[in-house]
Amino acid sequence: MADTHRWDVLLAVAMGGALGSLARYGLGLALPHPPGGLAVATLLGNVLGCLALGALMTALARTTDPPRLLRPFLGVGVLGGFTTFSTYVLDAVEAARLGHAGIAVVYAVGSVVASLVAVAVGMGVTHAALRRSAARRVS
Amino acid sequence: MTVALVLLGGAGGAVLRYLVDHRVQRSHASAFPWGTLTVNITGSGLLGLVTAWVFVAGDPASTETVRALAGAGLCGSMTTFSTFGYDTVRLFAGKAHLHAVANVVLTVLAGFGAAGAGLVLGTALWG
Repeated sequence: MADTHRWDVLLAVAMGGALGSLARYGLGLALPHPPGGLAVATLLGNVLGCLALGALMTALARTTDPPRLLRPFLGVGVLGGFTTFSTYVLDAVEAARLGHAGIAVVYAVGSVVASLVAVAVGMGVTHAALRRSAARRVS
Repeated sequence: MTVALVLLGGAGGAVLRYLVDHRVQRSHASAFPWGTLTVNITGSGLLGLVTAWVFVAGDPASTETVRALAGAGLCGSMTTFSTFGYDTVRLFAGKAHLHAVANVVLTVLAGFGAAGAGLVLGTALWG
């Protein structure tokens, strides 16, 4: 299959992306930041999305025959749409432009570090939880 | 209205990310996440352009529409932090430490570069 994509996969990605984006937009309205201030909503959304994707991918890897559209919908769609790289970049540029270089650097570096840690935590916790429940089933 | 624009842009951005990621990844026989890198750079450049337009050219009525549809919706959804983070951790866990570091450095530097270029270009075009 060269360039053909299944329409149901594309639809799952689109629906997930729409929902994830709306959730991100809502989080931004709930946690506004002053111009040039720390973009708490984007930071929190990206960290939570990373935590969830780490957990999802670990769970999917250990599940035999998971629902076919689960990863396109939840992973690519919802979590891909909920997290954002472009807004993160423009948030940091905005802080720097308004003279808050310290906030810009802390936000730029902190987002990356916190998100990577969140992925690892999501993977680790899920891995441990699944192993515990598997051990319980055996014994 | 704004909600519908964010939903629409978000759906389009996610499909675009999925299609570009597949196309780019297929043309590179490597575990390095070129596809995610591509969408994150492109989307950041595009949001730079959109931001410049909002700053210098937008009238209040269309600004809200463009912000929701193109900014929060399309560019926000077309780019991703979760896949970037997951790819990086996966590379690191797979002992491809250099690739993991390169992914972070490339994505961040090129993302900021593209956003800056978009802002400058947009200001020159519409300012």
